[in-house]
Amino acid sequence: MKILVPVKRVVDYNVKIRVRPDGSGVELANVKMSMNPFDEIAVEEAIRLKEKGKATEIVAVSIGPAQSAETIRTALAMGADRGILVRTDQTVEPLAVAKILKAIIANENPGLVIMGKQAIDDDANQTGQMLGALIGWAQGTFASKVELGEGTVDVTREVDGGLQTVSLKLPAIVTTDLRLNEPRYASLPNIMKAKKKPLDETSAEALGVDLSPRLKVIKTAEPPVRQAGVKVGSIADLVAKLKNEAGVL
Amino acid sequence: MIRDPDTLQAFVSQLRRFVEERLIPREAEVAETDRIPPDIVSEMREMGLFGMSIPEDFGGLGLTMEEEVTVAFEFGRTSPAFRSLVGTNNGIGSQGIVIDGTPEQKAYYLPRLASGEIVGSFALTEPDVGSDAGSLRTNARRVDGGYVINGTKRYITNAPHAGLFTVFARTDPDSKHAGGVSAFLVDGGTPGLKIGKIDKKMGQKGAHTADVIFEDCFVPESALLGGRENVGFKTAMKVLDRGRLHIGAVCVGVAYRLIEESLRYAMDRKQFGQPISEFQLVQAMLADSRTEAYAGKAMVLETARRKDLGENVATDAACCKLFCSEMVGRVADRAVQIHGGAGYIAEYAVERFYRDVRLFRIYEGTSQIQQLVIARNMVKEARA
Ligand SMILES: Cc1cc2nc3c(=O)[nH]c(=O)nc-3n(C[C@H](O)[C@H](O)[C@H](O)COP(=O)(O)OP(=O)(O)OC[C@H]3O[C@@H](n4cnc5c(N)ncnc54)[C@H](O)[C@@H]3O)c2cc1C
Repeated sequence: MKILVPVKRVVDYNVKIRVRPDGSGVELANVKMSMNPFDEIAVEEAIRLKEKGKATEIVAVSIGPAQSAETIRTALAMGADRGILVRTDQTVEPLAVAKILKAIIANENPGLVIMGKQAIDDDANQTGQMLGALIGWAQGTFASKVELGEGTVDVTREVDGGLQTVSLKLPAIVTTDLRLNEPRYASLPNIMKAKKKPLDETSAEALGVDLSPRLKVIKTAEPPVRQAGVKVGSIADLVAKLKNEAGVL
Repeated sequence: MIRDPDTLQAFVSQLRRFVEERLIPREAEVAETDRIPPDIVSEMREMGLFGMSIPEDFGGLGLTMEEEVTVAFEFGRTSPAFRSLVGTNNGIGSQGIVIDGTPEQKAYYLPRLASGEIVGSFALTEPDVGSDAGSLRTNARRVDGGYVINGTKRYITNAPHAGLFTVFARTDPDSKHAGGVSAFLVDGGTPGLKIGKIDKKMGQKGAHTADVIFEDCFVPESALLGGRENVGFKTAMKVLDRGRLHIGAVCVGVAYRLIEESLRYAMDRKQFGQPISEFQLVQAMLADSRTEAYAGKAMVLETARRKDLGENVATDAACCKLFCSEMVGRVADRAVQIHGGAGYIAEYAVERFYRDVRLFRIYEGTSQIQQLVIARNMVKEARA
């Protein structure tokens, strides 16, 4: 079975995000970029399935500028087999990404798509679900455990009330949550081998997808500076404040 | 050999993460237990860290000098004990074989060293022989089919874990100097080879040194490095430049870590109603440390590049080892000063690093020996 893993190039999770002075977005010039951490978890899960003999090929896809090839190379160094870069310098919204993935799925026929539940740049948490709707596959979102059976996949989901396990018919879409696994580091020998793995490049036009944005960003602003806290004298004080001032009890 | 910036960058950023997420959080544990946890050792193997300087044909990565120092800048940001474990395989424990080994010796040992299956040690120093290494007394007597080695080696890094010792011993009993010395490849566990107690050191806990004692230790003829007698010292000298640049780069890495720790503390710690980083006398210490660390980084990179181009960098590699090891000593001293009382307390990393970095001025040639090398070469060049 083939597994498709979409990977996004985002601002590294260690970087302090700064809003551009004109409010048009966040500063990306000279900022360290890395693979979205949820996507790393997706790549890791795919590799583990392959190591267990349950998958035969892992294809990593990235949609973005030329440098997104580096993100694909990271996936290849971790253990993916080949990559597809859908090159564009435009902003791509979740719906456009879902449409591109749909087109790639039509070409590649994977048995499973494993992707991050969200990307840490816009935190949209939409692409997996939109893709599921577009192609009519079953979806198991926010996975903390994935077990592949014969023609099925059991996905344990992290939901607000605890854990929920769903059994999906393949082909299916799984989106990863943080506790699913701990991604491996790409070793130096594998980083060097990844240079020789195939990486194809295509475009949204070639896939017949219109990328024009459906949304308009009006303004980007820093979150308000946190106010200093107060010390309360007793537990009773605390409860009273939570009840009367914060209104959360 | 990487030779392409994207791939080198990819590795450096993976290593940086490995250092941040896996090694730095375990530093205190390593110091306390005087041992590198086995899970970390196997992760370091998987990362390919044992074989960085071993050629690709033998399962290593064949890093150029510039690539190797770039990696060492990152690796230096954590306890030197971690680096010490892989240091011999990448340096003095393998490079003799890389440069002068016979094809059989290379084919047998290098892949094992590159994968980290065995750890290599380099046994030159003796109880009565340090800086004047050419006067060593351990001897190898020719017998039928091989040699019998007798003598004691001291302060041998990784000896308690080594599967291979590159041992320097006198094969010409009439000589008193370097010309009569040969190098032997002796497997760990060879009868007649004993390892002493682990030395109690000032710092770098988790990295181990011990005596290596040879009592009528028989080795076959094939153990003679390169198959040639009385050129062992020449081999040792050939690996020096690489080792000196590598140590220089590690010192730079540690210096940057110490500066990070100092800056963070200084911006956080308040006295007289403001962060101590606002006081100009504290700022002077931060600025001096940053400047010196940068100078060290620049000289190491420049010398490494020139070595890759095939230039003779013997003098400048000694300059790098001398400057960087002394520099990191000053940076560590200022780091303790900036931390005040906290800098003297073991809970803070700078206290440990202050002791750890002291070694860099002593091994792989003391600062005085580097000064001698540099000045002698200057005089020689001026005469030529
Ligand atoms: C932790 C640790 C790990 C080590 N690992 C290894 C290893 O793996 N393999 C190995 O072979 N060795 C190893 N060594 C040994 C190390 O290389 C020697 O300690 C070092 O070369 C100095 O030799 P020495 O200790 O005999 O000092 P000495 O040579 O006795 O020097 C004492 C002092 O005299 C000075 N001095 C000596 N000669 C001169 C001179 N001509 N002019 C001016 N000053 C001089 C020195 O600079 C020093 O200040 C290790 C040592 C330590 C502490």
